[in-house]
Amino acid sequence: MSEVMVDVHGVHKSFGPLQVLRGVDLQVRAGEVTVILGPSGSGKSTLLRTINHLEKVDQGWISIDGELIGYRRSGGKLHELKEKDVLKQRTGIGFVFQTFNLFPHLTVLDNLVEAPVSALRRPRKEAEETARRLLDRVGLADKADAYPRRLSGGQQQRVAIARALALGPKVLLFDEPTSALDPELVGEVLDVIRDLAGTGTTMIVVTHEIGFAREVADTVVFMDGGGVVEQGPPAAVLDDPRHERTRAFLSKVL
Amino acid sequence: MPTTRTAPPGAISPGTAPDVPPAPEALRVVPARHYARWTAAVVVLVLVAQFVHGLATNPVWEWGVFRAYVLSETIVQAVWVTLQLTAYATVLGFLLGTVLAFMRLSRSPVLQTVAWTYIWIFRSIPMIVQLVFWFNLSALYDRLGVGIPFGPVFWSVDSDSLIGTIGAAVIGLTLHQAAYAAEIVRGGVISVDHGQSEAAAALGIPRLRQIRRIVLPQAMRAILPTAGNEIIGLLKGTSVVYVMAIGELFYQVQVVYGRNGRVIPLLLVATAWYVVLTSLLSVAQYYVERRYARGADRTPPPTPLQRARRFVRDLRAAAARRDQPVVPLNPLGESR
Repeated sequence: MSEVMVDVHGVHKSFGPLQVLRGVDLQVRAGEVTVILGPSGSGKSTLLRTINHLEKVDQGWISIDGELIGYRRSGGKLHELKEKDVLKQRTGIGFVFQTFNLFPHLTVLDNLVEAPVSALRRPRKEAEETARRLLDRVGLADKADAYPRRLSGGQQQRVAIARALALGPKVLLFDEPTSALDPELVGEVLDVIRDLAGTGTTMIVVTHEIGFAREVADTVVFMDGGGVVEQGPPAAVLDDPRHERTRAFLSKVL
Repeated sequence: MPTTRTAPPGAISPGTAPDVPPAPEALRVVPARHYARWTAAVVVLVLVAQFVHGLATNPVWEWGVFRAYVLSETIVQAVWVTLQLTAYATVLGFLLGTVLAFMRLSRSPVLQTVAWTYIWIFRSIPMIVQLVFWFNLSALYDRLGVGIPFGPVFWSVDSDSLIGTIGAAVIGLTLHQAAYAAEIVRGGVISVDHGQSEAAAALGIPRLRQIRRIVLPQAMRAILPTAGNEIIGLLKGTSVVYVMAIGELFYQVQVVYGRNGRVIPLLLVATAWYVVLTSLLSVAQYYVERRYARGADRTPPPTPLQRARRFVRDLRAAAARRDQPVVPLNPLGESR
């Protein structure tokens, strides 16, 4: 079995009095696709955002490829990292947002080139070559010079995926990548994610697309009330859930 | 007479309505007559004509004096001073304002409070009061120096010789402007969708670069219209520094009419220059706004220049068509 790429350990997170995560443990192996399902408010998105330290955890720790995220350990203490070092760690973690968040004032190509040039100090020419190759891979080679708002939602999300890939991340995190799309555009985005899964990219996908989970996931995690209720291969969790809450959720969405 | 069709509800006169409606092209459209609107237009045009006639014929305006002074060396030099004051105060004011805006947006309560206090104080003091303060700087701080805070001073200079009158005016205008600029920039920054800086952070883009490359260019769309107002306000606001006896436009005009007593035509000179400069700024603002609208509009409308070019091109094309013989060309190709 391959090594653990993402290790989430006893993570707690509250927003004021609201406890969103209550001790989440999760291991994702290198090259595997993990799909997180669960009702809204179950803490899926928050968990995903703690993995690249967009949200700080209150308790517990997260490591990627053996490196603690957001903290440095010395002795029995965790020292918070400076923003600069957190930003450096994030270049190894691709994040795809529900609402794409492309930079509307930059062309598609510049959206892809910006981070490699400014964060990784890659030469612009090299970054542009990589960007064009990635755009080709998501089927948008001809849109390099367009501005994002001229693209359809599905195309924008494919650009966003290419932008996350441009840094050559170790892990890709998807936060409900198809939830903001018109139904007929969902397929093209899922196709791209499916392709990526086939190339052995480590991915964590928060989604409501049960069919996609069944087809692509190596592991399905069901979350509810800020914790992991059960996890396992899709066949086990989706077709033969052991927990009542999982069963109730699946009966509603299937 | 029984009919198979009934008139639709709201039909004007069901009794006379024909069973079969006439062909659409047979119905002529009569536009509504706006009598009140026409009357109002006529009244306004008469008033405008009266006013223009007064401008042209009333001898008090003394257009001859206006012509003699409007491009005179004294006045042109004064315009140059006005422009310099505006440019310095705009650039320095917006630089300081941007720093203050990000201080207010920072997570440090100390920076937030200092920036808030600065804005509170400098928005509270009338500009003219502040300018006179700076004019009397040497009374306030006789000498300015560099050293250890609250400790010994290593180097110092007479404050009057360091700053001078123009310097004092620029400082006064800048500090005043910065307080307003800070709020304008802050408004622009918070108008940018939070997802933008979040996406930039998720991509690991360095913090300063996030601000310069991602947030500020988008904030500019909200900043520019108000900033344009502020810069135009500042241009005219420089006339206040006449209290410091600086040779800017308004002061110089006063000097001239103080000498020759031709108050009205010289005020016209100043007015004309302020209108010209403001118009130039407005045009510049239009083009700068267009630049920052990139990616925002699906198809940006053509600029007036592009429209003018297209108009000329269309005229030429129309003329070319008119020049062509109406009679189809002789297939044999020989007319004579």
